[in-house]
Amino acid sequence: MASLETQAKNAVPSGSSSPLLSIRDIAKSFGKTPVLSNVSLDIAEGEFLTVLGESGSGNTTLLRIIAGFEDADSGEIWMAGERLDPLPPYRRRVNTVFQHYALFPHLTVAENVAYGLQVAKWPKMEIASRVEQALTMVKMAAYASAKPATISGGQQQRVALARALINQPKLLLLDEPLSALDANLRRQMQMELKAMQREVGISFVFVTHDQEEAMVMSDRIALLRGGRLEQVASPRDIYRHPTTAYSAQFIGHTNLLRGEVKDGIAHCHSLSWRTGLRDGPGVFSLRPEDIRVATGSSACVRFRGRVVQQAFHGATELIQVQCDDGQVLALRMTGRENTGGELQLEFAPADAIPVRDSSSQS
Amino acid sequence: MFSRAYRVAITLPPLAWVAVFLLLPYLLMFLYSFWSVSSTQIIVHSWTLANYRELLGKDVYWQTLLRSMWIAARVTLLSLLLGYPLAYFLSFQAGRHKDLLYQLVIIPLWVSYLVRAYAWKTILGSDGVLNTLLQYMHLTSHPLGFLLYSPFAVVLTLTHIYTPFTFLPIYASLEHIPRNLIEASHDLGASPWRTFRSVVLPLSVPGVLAGATFAFVLSLGDFLAPLLLGGPSGIMISNIVVSLFGAAYNWPLGAATSFCMLVIVLALLFLSEQLENKWSFR
Repeated sequence: MASLETQAKNAVPSGSSSPLLSIRDIAKSFGKTPVLSNVSLDIAEGEFLTVLGESGSGNTTLLRIIAGFEDADSGEIWMAGERLDPLPPYRRRVNTVFQHYALFPHLTVAENVAYGLQVAKWPKMEIASRVEQALTMVKMAAYASAKPATISGGQQQRVALARALINQPKLLLLDEPLSALDANLRRQMQMELKAMQREVGISFVFVTHDQEEAMVMSDRIALLRGGRLEQVASPRDIYRHPTTAYSAQFIGHTNLLRGEVKDGIAHCHSLSWRTGLRDGPGVFSLRPEDIRVATGSSACVRFRGRVVQQAFHGATELIQVQCDDGQVLALRMTGRENTGGELQLEFAPADAIPVRDSSSQS
Repeated sequence: MFSRAYRVAITLPPLAWVAVFLLLPYLLMFLYSFWSVSSTQIIVHSWTLANYRELLGKDVYWQTLLRSMWIAARVTLLSLLLGYPLAYFLSFQAGRHKDLLYQLVIIPLWVSYLVRAYAWKTILGSDGVLNTLLQYMHLTSHPLGFLLYSPFAVVLTLTHIYTPFTFLPIYASLEHIPRNLIEASHDLGASPWRTFRSVVLPLSVPGVLAGATFAFVLSLGDFLAPLLLGGPSGIMISNIVVSLFGAAYNWPLGAATSFCMLVIVLALLFLSEQLENKWSFR
């Protein structure tokens, strides 16, 4: 029952007919440790999907199951109407960019890229021109005859990408491919990867533990937590409408307001506002940028806060305020110079998003 | 970083060791190889090239050297054929039994060489285990003579003794291959066999070369196996050296023979080193 529900929920957004890849109820454990449970997920043609999760959340395992390096204990994977999971990795039209690139050290850059075509017994002339084209695409044509050990990490990354794309897979899997790069190069590669994905039109499944990276690059994010899918949605949706407290906290910065709903009014310490929820305990996510200096609008929840900490982030500042009732909230502001003091603040009730409390897993 | 005195103090003992126990004996041998023996069996300390002339001129030395090399080559080939699949299996397939199997391969190395050579003697002899069994099963009517005291017995024994020496470097080189390279190869559509040919084998070449060098050099210079199991047709070059230093009492000629062997072995080691460098990628 539950799995059918998640299947429907994680289906490809409307507009595309049938999904390219359909992951159905995958479960996997190593020994007695469950790594993935009831994971169901659809991936559309040409989609950039990020599987986001802390290390140990099962995201790499999910990728390895799609690639065929691990067998799932149960569940099925379908690709373009065919069962994928019984096939060995070398029969799947899926290619992988490995975390540490995994370039063949005994082959040159060009030979590495040519590998897939040689295995598929393409004619020599054709291979040469395709390899050159692929290397040009990743701006590595000048290094065709270099050995992998002699080029930098960023360059190896590009070669690994060219090597994985040359077989024109239907689906490209990327396992934390940027994690070994320094921050600047990483940002640059994020943009390049995204642009390249649009250009080649191949579906990407990108594994990362970096939520910012996920936000920047993805069409959709599948948030994994302890081997279960927490939420699957576009970066905007997941940010604006997190369904669980975990999603709200993992994606971006948020204030979690824990309180009670009584007669359609949410109460959280001294703050209260009208909500459509049923009575009972309630958790709300309130983004720091949704708290602002009071304008006097009667529709807003007003409160007073004393600034306890202020961190300069360039365009914005993240300010921690302590409310009269003792709770500490974070808010994001622009152009506040002085530190300290008291502020009259407000937020719109609509911005307090009710979320499922997921502190205890079930 | 360290004081000069300290550096001298820690480098001097090993240097002295090498000088006294390695270089000095070699130097003495080298000198001996240019001396000669008088008719009264006294070593004459006058310089001559007669020993080297005799070595290069007489067929028996060439024949023995060639036979030694032929035996060593067969031992090398056989121990590679046995050692490589074993190493491959242990490295890629053995799973949790890996450590146990590894120990089982290593254990024979703890058993005395002499014991293992004698073991083959009792197996291969005319009253040995193998011949008795063959006759009992009526596969042969009389003991097979070629089993013992033949180059066959030497090759068999040396293969048994030196296979662990080829196994070890091959195993080490296979263990060093990052497993994601194998996954990458499969990912790009290569079958397991293709992956073996295009990724595993080329990356294990340094181990194969090291193992082959061990097997060849060690069996080339071996004298116990041919002495115990070789018989007249299985004599190797080291047996000649032993008899020249012993019964024949011709130290100068023995020294010259040893020196020629040393040159051959050093040349082989140099060659193998060059090849290994050419095939290593880290």
